[in-house]
Amino acid sequence: MAALTPISRKPMSLVLPTVAAAGGFFGLFIGTSNGSGTLGVLIGALMAVAGAALYIFVLKNENLGKWLTIALYGALGFWFGGIAAAIIGLLYGWFIHWFSYWLYEGRYRARLLPYLTPKQVLWHYTFRVICGAIFTFLITPILVVMPLSFNAQDFFTFTPEMLRLDPAGYSLKHYQDFFTNNEWQRSFKNSLIIAPIATVISVSLGTLAAIGLSQSHVPGRRAIMAIMISPMIVPLIISATGMFFFYSQIGNWMEGTLGLNKTFVGYVKVVLAHAVLGIPFVIITVTATLVGFDRSLTRAAANMGANPVTTFFRVQMPLILPGVISGGLFAFITSFDEVVVVLFVGSASQKTLPWQMFTGLREQISPTILAVATILVGISILLLATVEMLRRRSERLRGMSPT
Amino acid sequence: MTDATSQSGPVLAADGTPLKKSLARALRLQKTRALMLIAPLLVFVLISFVFPIASMLFRSVENSIVMETLPLTVEELQNWDADSGQLPEEALYAAFIADMVVAIDAKKHTRLGTRLNYEETGMSSLFRKSGRKIKKLDPATDGPFKDKLIDIDKKWGDVTTWAVIKTHSVKITNGYFLNAIDMQRTPDGAQAQPEDKRILIKLFQRTLFMSLMITASCIMLGYPVAWLLANLPARTANILMILVLLPFWTSLLVRTSAWKVMLQQQGVINEVLVWIGLVADDARLVMINNQFGTIVAMTHILLPFMILPMYSVMQTIQPTYLRAAKSMGATNWTAFWRVYFPLSVPGIGAGSILVFILAIGYYITPEIVGGTKGVFISNRIAYHISSSLNWGLAAALGTILLGVVLLLYWCYDKIVGIDNVKLG
Repeated sequence: MAALTPISRKPMSLVLPTVAAAGGFFGLFIGTSNGSGTLGVLIGALMAVAGAALYIFVLKNENLGKWLTIALYGALGFWFGGIAAAIIGLLYGWFIHWFSYWLYEGRYRARLLPYLTPKQVLWHYTFRVICGAIFTFLITPILVVMPLSFNAQDFFTFTPEMLRLDPAGYSLKHYQDFFTNNEWQRSFKNSLIIAPIATVISVSLGTLAAIGLSQSHVPGRRAIMAIMISPMIVPLIISATGMFFFYSQIGNWMEGTLGLNKTFVGYVKVVLAHAVLGIPFVIITVTATLVGFDRSLTRAAANMGANPVTTFFRVQMPLILPGVISGGLFAFITSFDEVVVVLFVGSASQKTLPWQMFTGLREQISPTILAVATILVGISILLLATVEMLRRRSERLRGMSPT
Repeated sequence: MTDATSQSGPVLAADGTPLKKSLARALRLQKTRALMLIAPLLVFVLISFVFPIASMLFRSVENSIVMETLPLTVEELQNWDADSGQLPEEALYAAFIADMVVAIDAKKHTRLGTRLNYEETGMSSLFRKSGRKIKKLDPATDGPFKDKLIDIDKKWGDVTTWAVIKTHSVKITNGYFLNAIDMQRTPDGAQAQPEDKRILIKLFQRTLFMSLMITASCIMLGYPVAWLLANLPARTANILMILVLLPFWTSLLVRTSAWKVMLQQQGVINEVLVWIGLVADDARLVMINNQFGTIVAMTHILLPFMILPMYSVMQTIQPTYLRAAKSMGATNWTAFWRVYFPLSVPGIGAGSILVFILAIGYYITPEIVGGTKGVFISNRIAYHISSSLNWGLAAALGTILLGVVLLLYWCYDKIVGIDNVKLG
């Protein structure tokens, strides 16, 4: 992006105190962890100011200054606390150099509107920092789990070996446990059986119903919609208790009167219960896709002699497919993630992965959970990418501009 | 053309039927077709979701167990006045023995004891112990029973025992609902529970308070982020959106376990605080198994549900409005507060109701990070379903919770419209 605003160098009275504050802030943490906060602040501030003065008055060469600072802070970090501290030092060195030049050259103004007052500029960046903190809050818990799952110890926290980046502190043993332990494997398999079947049921019924709902004259449309969305709105615990009573009767009837296998009946119960929970998501996404659907296409197909079934599969389906698939993914993840209902409706032989994690978290705390969590995060990244791709494709297909 | 307009009488369709009729038929056909498409799912949802919940709710008032187990006794009890302070007559005792002998054969008397135990502690053991001795009696020959029964357990000579049975011998009871709001169905009408048993009102208050706190913190954290996403160039916004959507797509249990890892006393946050020296090693913060833990973890889990509706509303607000306000002399704050904020209120409303509805019925996260002080009413419902087996009370609590949620859902429908719910 071209510079919006002509930039100019800023006076030392702005640059030096700000750089000192940044250095002092960083120094505070290093200082407190080594005994004296005040000393840390002072040293940090002085070093930052000295650095800034060095770039501006002595070196006058940005690139040379950069490598010098990075090397200096990296070496300091290594001297104090090994490899991990050295990495922090390198990053900090890069930051403080960039920050000094950013201020001194007035680059922070470059992308802002020229008429903003200094206060507005300050607020602009404060706001960015606040938002950055919130994004950190959103993403940190997910990121923290990943390295911890490679812990060589059975702890839920970073060991000193891990912090020193010592290879001995890391291992794949929790993953190994997940892939060899029967309990985990069985529950993983159960999840992989239950979720796809439940998804197929909710997608096929849900798509038909969404097409029906999108017709122009449907009596009681709002009421029907409300009923179909209700599994998403009713608190899970209430759905679970209701289904608990209902499916125990259905299960008794199926085992007693129809004489079916107990395990099979158990799966049927859980699959049906999960299918209901996934329906609202399918309805919502497919209805949203159908809003932009050009109805004259089906009429044109009918006009040229296609029967309704052909019209549906050859004309309508390809166009609404992205919506159907992303609805299906939502339904899948709903079932794949679901604990409360399966806890009430299922029996031990239908134990799913989330159930196993839930008992793991409540009773015996095993770090295998973190390995499973990392795998699940991987799966959700895949799903997210797919949904995002489908959404864009659907927008393109419907002629909306890809924003 | 001129023919059609000059023709008198109804306009005809191609096949000769009046056009109006033909159109009506076509419309009817269309309606039936739409309904046929909807029907399978509607039936499925009605049978396997709406009906189970309705029948579960009915359990909150259903109370036929006393009348079914002790039919003769209940009939006799109608003639007895509990307020008189007098023990019932021999006829009632005889009827009771007759009922009990049948019930003991069917092994139903312990269930009745458990049921009455919810109302008056000691009833369960009374029925179980007396049952063993009553079994040996023969209702036809061993009378009179009044003194024998009082010999078996002197509680049968206590007016309150009979009064409790009489009070709870109705088919449809409000007893569970009274229990759910810390009251009790007594012979003298509804009364407050003794001090030490009043926990549910407190729990409801706590659930409401914590849900409000969670909603409020989601607004505080979600608003700036939604604003930023709506005002950045699309490419950057899409990348940042991933940071919002990734937690949204990540398994609930993954996020809950992550918070457990973060908040523990030996957890990541405490370790970091100790390492940088803000907290002494022996004074680590207690952040889990209390309300704080639940609120933090649930705010994180529900934040995407706040950001997404806010974002979709804010996207439609033109940035030129703000510039116009400023060009007419408004300060930054006035321009935001008087122009931008009112336009974004629908987004806040939609997000808040959604988050509140989801928060109020949460079960998993409070169960894991809430300890005893940070649990919700849903944890109590689960406890009554799976541990104490007081299903009537669980159903009553569930009905109240569902009532609150449906009310909010109705508001949501009025404000946002249920058709406008968007995902991702």
